[in-house]
Amino acid sequence: MAAPLPDPEHLLAALASRMKPSMGPETGIVGIYTGGAWVAERLHRALELKTPLGLLAVTLHRDDFGRIGLHREARRSHLPFEVEGRDIILVDDVLHTGRTLRAALNELWDFGRPRSVRVAVLADRGGRELPLCADFTGEVVAVDAGEDLVLTNEGGKLRLAAVRRPE
Amino acid sequence: MNPNPQVDSQGRLIHLLTTEGLSAQMIRHILDTASQFVSVNEREVKKVPLLRGKSIFNVFFENSTRTRTTFEIAAKRLSADVINLNIGASSTAKGETLLDTIWNLQAMDADMFVVRHAEAGAPHLIARHVKPGVHVVNAGDGRHAHPTQGLLDMYTIRHYKKDFTRLVVAIVGDVLHSRVARSEIHALKTLGVPEVRVIGPKTLLPVDIERLGVRVFHDLAEGLRDCDVIITLRLQNERMSGPLLPSAGEFHKAYGLTPERLARARPDAIVMHPGPLNRGVEIDSGVADGTHSVIMPQVTFGIAVRMAVMAILAGNA
Repeated sequence: MAAPLPDPEHLLAALASRMKPSMGPETGIVGIYTGGAWVAERLHRALELKTPLGLLAVTLHRDDFGRIGLHREARRSHLPFEVEGRDIILVDDVLHTGRTLRAALNELWDFGRPRSVRVAVLADRGGRELPLCADFTGEVVAVDAGEDLVLTNEGGKLRLAAVRRPE
Repeated sequence: MNPNPQVDSQGRLIHLLTTEGLSAQMIRHILDTASQFVSVNEREVKKVPLLRGKSIFNVFFENSTRTRTTFEIAAKRLSADVINLNIGASSTAKGETLLDTIWNLQAMDADMFVVRHAEAGAPHLIARHVKPGVHVVNAGDGRHAHPTQGLLDMYTIRHYKKDFTRLVVAIVGDVLHSRVARSEIHALKTLGVPEVRVIGPKTLLPVDIERLGVRVFHDLAEGLRDCDVIITLRLQNERMSGPLLPSAGEFHKAYGLTPERLARARPDAIVMHPGPLNRGVEIDSGVADGTHSVIMPQVTFGIAVRMAVMAILAGNA
């Protein structure tokens, strides 16, 4: 029987404490829609950051557009600070293949050239298809190869679930 | 024969030929997608890779530098390769048929055709004869339709007015010859606009226009009363004198949008125009350049809406 999945609230607290020593007053924190945005909002509050929260929509840089087309739900990237020359922390909920991060880096570069980019994720489930890794991780979580690890948000209550991938 | 060739068996948009019959959900999807592209166009790098490797042929059997340019910019911002063809001056002049021209271009591995033609129905004909996976966008056909202009006008109205269901929208001028007006009326009715008015002289309004669910006015001042949105149509040069109209001056006197007449509309009314403007004919400079005018934002939104249409079509290969 698989181990129970961790509580996202505990992962958020662990992640925030790991990130705290590395945060400068000008560090920009940027959440990737959808789950990464929820995590980034919580981290932004917990770390009491002065720089406003940034949000990235990566749809326009996905590498599977030719197969699946555009999502019905359109979101816009919103970076309410100067990206050029800034230290940025990209935040996502689950790190898996690395393709979302690749798209996020491309999207970020359309706004300017950051000084550095680091990555924070709530859960790393492995299975990388690109040479990318996280600098800050809530926890490494084991999930079956045929399952997706999904973060849901019900009225602000975050929950992790393993969902069987459709054949 | 498929009665609606712009939609496939799963209800996905594969061509954009007209706004007639497009669902409200599909129109909203196009407008929502366009809003993402508006933000792309505001960035330092105004380019995304969605159509990288795709070839888009702008096939203009009728000249229009402005429309062709907006499609070209939209395609290039999606990273497509764009080929502009002014067919009127070449193939058809040598006797080649419309479909021969398209089939030749298709053999050059075109992924999408953006077609303008003086004859209504030409883009429909092309859409019925291209290979699966090749898309057609109507960039204006005869008096029939100009769907991307209609959709960019919907985007503009939504941007300023938010909700379609409480609006009074007036379309003023030469509705008879306007493919833009038809595309707008279909989209406005689908999106739930309760009152669409058309205003013009009898000679420039189609006799059965009420069939589209619009109110007809021949008196401009009366028709503009309490309007939220005023769409002024371009009066084409060849109509400015002749059997339909005494002169451009006469038209302006009766139907030109002046600041005084605009005052009959609601104080927060917006004024739109598909361009290019005939200043002093259908619209005064004081209105075109005034605080109610959203004519320049229309042009900006037009790029984003055309990007959205092309990206949605290409994603539904």
